[in-house]
Amino acid sequence: MITFDKVYKRYPDGYEALTNLIFTIDAGEMVFITGHSGAGKSTLLKLIAAIEKPTSGSITVSDQIVNKLKKSMVPFLRRSLGIIFQDQKILYDRTVFANVMLPLQIHGFEKSVMERRVRAALDKVGLLNKEKAYPITLSGGEKQRLCIARAVVHRPLILIADEPTANLDVAYAQNIMDVFRSFHQVGVTVLIATHDQTILNDSTARILSLNQGHLMV
Amino acid sequence: MRVWISQHWQALGVTAKQFFFKPVSNFLSVAVIGIAFSFPLGIYTLLDNLQSFSDHFVHSPQISLFLEIDATESDIENINSRLESFDGITSFQFVSNEIALAQLQHESGMGDIALHLKKNPLPHAFIIHTQHMPPDKLEENRLTLQQWPAVSYVQVDSDWTRKVHAFVKLGRVAVIMLSSLLGVALVIVIFNTIRLQILTKQEEIEVSKLIGATDRFIRRPFLYFGALQGVVGALIAWIIIAVGAQKINDNLTELSQLYELSLRLNPLSLFQVLLLGVVAGFLGWLGARLSVAQHLSQIEPK
Repeated sequence: MITFDKVYKRYPDGYEALTNLIFTIDAGEMVFITGHSGAGKSTLLKLIAAIEKPTSGSITVSDQIVNKLKKSMVPFLRRSLGIIFQDQKILYDRTVFANVMLPLQIHGFEKSVMERRVRAALDKVGLLNKEKAYPITLSGGEKQRLCIARAVVHRPLILIADEPTANLDVAYAQNIMDVFRSFHQVGVTVLIATHDQTILNDSTARILSLNQGHLMV
Repeated sequence: MRVWISQHWQALGVTAKQFFFKPVSNFLSVAVIGIAFSFPLGIYTLLDNLQSFSDHFVHSPQISLFLEIDATESDIENINSRLESFDGITSFQFVSNEIALAQLQHESGMGDIALHLKKNPLPHAFIIHTQHMPPDKLEENRLTLQQWPAVSYVQVDSDWTRKVHAFVKLGRVAVIMLSSLLGVALVIVIFNTIRLQILTKQEEIEVSKLIGATDRFIRRPFLYFGALQGVVGALIAWIIIAVGAQKINDNLTELSQLYELSLRLNPLSLFQVLLLGVVAGFLGWLGARLSVAQHLSQIEPK
């Protein structure tokens, strides 16, 4: 599903964020990416979504070679992904419902289909009773669940989450992880970057460990 | 196809919502466009009317033939029969001095003065309509008529139409220049409006790009917004002119009675209004398109 082949990421100032990454994530697999802050976790995820380009090497996502993708094709790659951003990127000028509907509008669904799917996604993360609320009124855990609903509403095959449990207390974190597991169980490929040890200890999933841009074996 | 329509429909909905979400500021910028455009539009309307008014005289020139004040019945008969056999005349009409005086009393508001006159000071006259002919031919005919017995004075009433034509021609050039300049101004105004809008929606644009929105999708509401502003601006300009023309017509009625002419300012035709809307809409779209091309690429998600 996702393949990194000799991927390097070097920034113009000479800083090398990722060095010679080689790994494959199979379809339907659940994988954690871990490492200290600055180890290159976020950079790795950004390369998958073509938010950044690798300096060299090749990245394949769902049979598309991401680093050779034309600019006009990038949106379509991103549509096959569901991304939960580290800084959440919630739009505070609209309701919970409207936030979750955005990916469907981009895809171009009919109104009735959109409404049904938005409610299904909100139901899945337990926010159905908050659909008319504005994000500012949500708790930290609820905001995170809103992000998950927005990431999964268009039913992507790959779910990517960057530090989804940061700043959440243990109970909330567990709850969020349960949601991810339920998507994994229905066949979604799940990729989570985290440095939260309790989560890693609880899980039997494969762990890719990064240290200063190198993959530790 | 259905998806495509629904996406456009959604973009239009977003646009409309935005337009009415901030009615005051949007109305102000649209009003500026409308008022600016009412200026060349008003001049155009006036010229258009002036042209069709003078065209009427160019196509059937009118000559007034005044007889000597002491002309007799036989003189009138003589002129009448001469006119009947004169080449190039489409119609003519005898206006006796009594009729002329009665008209003067009735229509010119000088009734009192006329009543106190002991003798009718007006001459008998013929109003002659000729076929369309070049000005020098018209002048030649005038001189011929002038030579006839008992004729005091012959006047080509439509001489002024040539001057009007030259004036209208000049006016058209001015209108074209003025509207071109204001067209450019419209593009600039919308360019700036859209720039501000993009700035306030920076976050939304960034998120949309991150979750797979194409440039086309992001562009669409802005383009609609620009076009909508242009069209509404044109609509305001048209309303200003329509109301103005109505007001002028109220006053023209009186004037036209005084001059025995049917003077009326005709409003723009439906076709002209539609054309105005399409052009303004296109210019708005163009301003938005340029603005979007300039500013959207600067917003790249990180």
